[in-house]
Amino acid sequence: MVSFILRRIGIMVLTALCLTFIVFWLTNLFPNLEKLAKTQGNFRMSDDAVLSYLGNNGYLQPLPVKYGQWLGVLPGYVIAGTDGQMRARCATGGQDIVDAARFCGILQGNWGYSTVFREDAGSIIATRLGLTGKLMFWVMLVMVPGALIIGVMAGMNEGSRTDRSLSTVSILSTATPEYVSGVVFISVFGTATFGMQWFKGTATAAMDDANFENFFLPVLTIALYGMGYIARMTRASMTEVMTAQYIRTARLKGVAFSQIVLRHALRNALIAPFTVIMLQFPFLLNGVVIVETLFNYKGFGWTLVQAASNNDIELLLGVSIVSVFVVLTTQLISDIGYVFLNPRIRIA
Amino acid sequence: MANLTTAEPILEIDRLSISFFTRLREIPAVMDFSATIMPGEALGLVGESGCGKSTVALGVMQDLGANGRIVGGSIKFKGEEMNTMSPARLREIRGSKIAMIYQEPMASLNPAMKIGKQLMEVPLIHDKVSEKEAYARALEVVTDVKLPDPKRILNSYPHQLSGGQQQRIVIAMALMSKPSLLILDEPTTALDVTVEAAVVQLVKDLGHKYGTSMLFISHNLGLVLETCDRICVMYSGEAVERGSIGDVFDDMQHPYTQALFRSIPLPGADKNDRPLVAIPGNFPLPHERPKGCNFGPRCDYFQPGRCDQEMIPMVRVAGDDRHQTRCLRNREIDWNAPVTAAATKVKHAPGQVVLKMENLKKYYEVAANALFGGDRKVVKANETLSFEAREGETLAIVGESGCGKSTFAKLLMGLETATDGQILLDNISIGDVPIEKRSTKNVADIQMVFQNPFDTLNPSMSVGRQIIRALEIFGIGTNDTERRARMLELLDLVKLPRAFADRMPRQLSGGQKQRVGIARAFAGDARIVVADEPVSALDVSVQAAVTDLLMDIQREHNTTLLFISHDLSIVRYLADRVMVMYLGHVVELGTTDQVFSPPYHPYTEALLSAVPIADTRVTKKHIVLEGEIPSAMNPPPGCPFQTRCGWKSQVPGGLCDTQVPPVRLLAPGHQIKCHLDDATLAAMEPVIQIAAE
Amino acid sequence: MDPLSWTGGLGAFLNPALAITAALCGIVLVVQTGLRMGSAAVTLQSNPDGTLQGRGGVLGALDTALIYLVWALVALLLAYVTVPLVMPYGSAGILGEITRRLLPVWIALVATFALSIRFKRRLGLYGKLFDSTVGMIGLALVLFWVYVAVFVGIFDMIVTHDYLRQVSGLKNALPGVVAPDGTEGAIPHYLLGGDNLARDIFSRVMAGSVFVIAIAPLATIFAFMVGITLGLPAGYYGGKFDTALSFAANLILAFPVILLFYLLVTPEIVQTGIPSYMAAFLFAFPLIFIGVLVNTRYYTQPAKRNAIMLPVLGSLGWLYLSAINASGTVIDFLPAWADLFDISVLVVFVSVVFVNAPTVFRIVRGLTLDLRTRDYVAAAQTRGEGAWYIMLWEILPNARGPLIVDFCLRIGYTTILLGTLGFFGLGLSSESPDWGTTINEGRKLLLIYIHPALPPAMALLSLVLGLNLLADGLREESLKD
Repeated sequence: MVSFILRRIGIMVLTALCLTFIVFWLTNLFPNLEKLAKTQGNFRMSDDAVLSYLGNNGYLQPLPVKYGQWLGVLPGYVIAGTDGQMRARCATGGQDIVDAARFCGILQGNWGYSTVFREDAGSIIATRLGLTGKLMFWVMLVMVPGALIIGVMAGMNEGSRTDRSLSTVSILSTATPEYVSGVVFISVFGTATFGMQWFKGTATAAMDDANFENFFLPVLTIALYGMGYIARMTRASMTEVMTAQYIRTARLKGVAFSQIVLRHALRNALIAPFTVIMLQFPFLLNGVVIVETLFNYKGFGWTLVQAASNNDIELLLGVSIVSVFVVLTTQLISDIGYVFLNPRIRIA
Repeated sequence: MANLTTAEPILEIDRLSISFFTRLREIPAVMDFSATIMPGEALGLVGESGCGKSTVALGVMQDLGANGRIVGGSIKFKGEEMNTMSPARLREIRGSKIAMIYQEPMASLNPAMKIGKQLMEVPLIHDKVSEKEAYARALEVVTDVKLPDPKRILNSYPHQLSGGQQQRIVIAMALMSKPSLLILDEPTTALDVTVEAAVVQLVKDLGHKYGTSMLFISHNLGLVLETCDRICVMYSGEAVERGSIGDVFDDMQHPYTQALFRSIPLPGADKNDRPLVAIPGNFPLPHERPKGCNFGPRCDYFQPGRCDQEMIPMVRVAGDDRHQTRCLRNREIDWNAPVTAAATKVKHAPGQVVLKMENLKKYYEVAANALFGGDRKVVKANETLSFEAREGETLAIVGESGCGKSTFAKLLMGLETATDGQILLDNISIGDVPIEKRSTKNVADIQMVFQNPFDTLNPSMSVGRQIIRALEIFGIGTNDTERRARMLELLDLVKLPRAFADRMPRQLSGGQKQRVGIARAFAGDARIVVADEPVSALDVSVQAAVTDLLMDIQREHNTTLLFISHDLSIVRYLADRVMVMYLGHVVELGTTDQVFSPPYHPYTEALLSAVPIADTRVTKKHIVLEGEIPSAMNPPPGCPFQTRCGWKSQVPGGLCDTQVPPVRLLAPGHQIKCHLDDATLAAMEPVIQIAAE
Repeated sequence: MDPLSWTGGLGAFLNPALAITAALCGIVLVVQTGLRMGSAAVTLQSNPDGTLQGRGGVLGALDTALIYLVWALVALLLAYVTVPLVMPYGSAGILGEITRRLLPVWIALVATFALSIRFKRRLGLYGKLFDSTVGMIGLALVLFWVYVAVFVGIFDMIVTHDYLRQVSGLKNALPGVVAPDGTEGAIPHYLLGGDNLARDIFSRVMAGSVFVIAIAPLATIFAFMVGITLGLPAGYYGGKFDTALSFAANLILAFPVILLFYLLVTPEIVQTGIPSYMAAFLFAFPLIFIGVLVNTRYYTQPAKRNAIMLPVLGSLGWLYLSAINASGTVIDFLPAWADLFDISVLVVFVSVVFVNAPTVFRIVRGLTLDLRTRDYVAAAQTRGEGAWYIMLWEILPNARGPLIVDFCLRIGYTTILLGTLGFFGLGLSSESPDWGTTINEGRKLLLIYIHPALPPAMALLSLVLGLNLLADGLREESLKD
């Protein structure tokens, strides 16, 4: 088991390195850097000025070197600028170059500086992630039990009316992306048009003080889209299990229907949805970005949009590494959980 | 069984009809079926696939699914009508009074539940006993079904057991509450012959011990003979004949029963004086059944205007015990008339050696565990294989799963290359030439017929197109017209109508697909054809036809046929020489007569004893092998067969445990891999004896 | 000229009737569910004489009532669509006018369904779709938008006003508003009101369908070509090749899609030429695919192969070059006369293909792993067929069932992705009438005016729902074989 987990973690680290390198490369393409220079300096900067700005700040080093420095495995640059000033990557906030550390990358906990928020990227990500964590917690709480119950109810009696109506509901919810359901929910429950103004159409207030009124709509919006998908998976898995020979064995052993579902079918039927739930995270992240933008909830997804649309390179890199890490961790959990749930796979 | 006549029947089925309802039509699966099972009696239900025998069993259990419905008749269990039983009452009976065992043991056990829990559930539900008591009972039954280390077994998951062990668990589960009726639906079909023999023996013993009545469903007449007291033969949804085993086997009164017996190879005679007679035509689809007698269109005794009028009733056969037949002409037909043999076919004597194996070895390296990697292990799939095959000869390769016969086929075809040794085709070595490097001629020379008819043809390509493709590849014909003509000739060769060229495989029956497979194999005038269990997945009546076809083509083309099979009856019927394999080793090789008469290799002896024979005149020596076939990944040291061999004690010095036996020549052309001394071998008795009439 | 109300004269009778029927339906359903929970499960049982026990009592009566009610509901809804066709302009309200504008679509839909149902036994899997209610509803929704796109895009019908034209005074105007005199348009009303730039929402939504219907299926086809061409060998050969490709696929899949879009679909990235190179790479797959397909089938007859291969590859090659070549980008070598067309939203197209391809790859790989163990594959191997023949002609055709189902689902997913791009204003101009952009424009004032955002949202929802239902119907019917 240990070697299996180690191997998985190895693959995960490799994936993370590849992904961050890609992000790093894309954000450090010359047009992006040029734009950065112009936003930092002024928009009428000459090409020469742009080059010297970039050169002075270490942006013109070879890509692998920059990546190594950002990661913290190569020593941070110390460059004598064209303006005569010495600049070092690790000397921030007026620190003397001599005092600065040699390495200052992600590995040393240095996430860089956000040009939009004028703040340390690491601390921005931490606070925003906390807010999104709160959102996700409630989303999972609504989505997972809801999806599993719908799926199991639909799947245990294939072709019945319950099955057909629940399946239609799940199809409808998978067909409704967050930006559609969000708009509909806000229109119906957030405005007075239909006489059902029960909730707030924005969740800004929920950042400090979340309550049912201001937090339910965003949670529901994210949960619904994922819910249909998981419910359909559960249903498929459940119907397959219910037609399995061993369910017939149980039935012909005289086991009552409720017991067949609970004792014989459920565990086998939940193996597949479990992995799906875990692999849903990349999609949930999408939902988070959309919903936080739509409801103006300034969490992690909102930060991503701000960083990306304002060319805030270091913040965007930080956001990317966190989301990649979240996705990979859930994949790891999914793999390990699958092994635990499925007794057919045992470690030799 | 003395008071059979006075006791009340356990199960009484009266004029039962079951239909399945689809959106388009009602499909009658069982019609007018009656049967009675007395206490302690075992009834065998025999028929080909699709005849409705499993539906009867599910009907008894009242578990026909959403589309199935009982549309007529009654099922009485100990006098109680089951068709109108409440669900609660049904649950009480299921599992406690009536238990059922199915074909696929692995699928019948819940993969995520420990064996012990699954067993304990039965008394917990029906007898409301304590957990402890339930555990004790489970332990007792597992001991009863002769599983080693019962406590460990109770604590393991189904996938940790072998197929044979799983089937024993399923049997144990069925016997947990000592039911009065046990329904067995092809309980041993998925198992190897030697394992099957052991399981059948177990069922028989336990049936007697617990006094259980049995409804035994099988397509294998031999098995029914060994296990049952009475038999009921079904054809296309109807019972056509029923009676005691003795009456039906020796004094059959229905043309279908007779045809069935004539189409299976029996050890009493060989291909020359008792040729197989295939049943002409095809099994009718449920919605295409003819008027009158269902068997009419395929029957030799068919009388137009009489047999095709109205439904034929069951009639009693005078003089026999509860012997009935569904034939209008049963009194007119001379049932003992000898089989009219088809024109005897002259067979060429085997010619030149075309194929020669020299010390062929194939080792695989596999990871011990697919998911987690781990140590790599060497699987010795083939161990020093040496033999030769001549032109026009049929060489049978016999063995159970894991014996290495499929690996050998792959080596010969060039899909794998040999680890060591040589394959010589016309004295040219091809053993290490993969198929991409072989010449078109070489490839066309060695072709294969596959086992599973439903898998052998590409489902999305028409029959004609698949044969034409083979012709294109083998470079036969210069243009499309020529190839099409040749394809039609090939269809003629395998006796299929030319119209089949434009059909899709799903429109063909299993036997027809297998014929197309044979046509495809002979597209490039193959000189060597490897037939990998070509008929084992087919129904009995079709088997004979396909076997005959294969042999006819072989005679015509003087082909060398390598016939891989586990069915010794058919091997004896058609092979010239037989090679018996076990765990990658050739344990015995000789002419058919040499292999089928003593002295035997102990494994051959056990195999012969395990094969059920549908002939009441035959008496067999009973040899039940202990344990399971070892995994090829983890073979035993010394002789591969030593873990299950009944003769091991006859070899002094524990030689079997330590040394692989050398190949010994017993007679010219008869070799055997065994440590037994000559005297012991010479003293062996024949396994099968046919009583003189 | 008065502003239009929602249902006009039609509503006086139909609205109450609809409300009553719907309410009755709901009541019956609730009562039925309640009763069913109380009573024991009824399984169909036969009497000893072979007849079936009917299901009588209150439950049975309610069953019958519900069926009638549902039919009444359907009839009423149909009335909303059909009656306005014979009413004079303006008297049938907004819904009536929309119905009337969509007349060509209704005709096309009815004709398609009538023909298909008539010949359904001869139409294979497509024909079987008409045995499944779910499948038919799905197909109707999808075809509705396809026909809207065709009539708007090719014949310039249905739309009432120029979807870019801003008319003063109609900014955020409510549905049914009267357009001021002098406004060019087919009718004197803004049926669904005006947006924040005073453009006609109805026309924008209808025009938006052209973008989706043109791009989503095409992008999905390209994603399938890439996924199939790589997935087949990965599943068939396995080994290192498979490991490398699967790793790459997982890499892309581990990217949150939005992040990927934000990184790829920016003007700066377009400037570097990366989308053009990606297009050159991704668009090459159909070419490779079709080339190999033809070659494996006919390589035993070289003359025939060449006769087929040359024209096919020639024309495809030209299309390929035209597609990747665009003046003003890094790939710009074709003379202007040879460059047939430019893809204006190349970066959007490429990134959607890029995001979808790995999932298709995984599906194809999984199917191949399963199918390669079949005997007919072994039969092909033993007659010495090449690996690509086996993959393309023996394995791929037998994987078509799940692939067709996934194709439908994936078009829906692509539609959602395109909407997402529009929602974040990525790669599309804010003028573009596509649904995502329109929702994005509309949501900014959503708490005050809901009418600009809702119509495109419902349009997108109905198309994706249709595709999902269609896929479900196809899956159900293909499993029935």
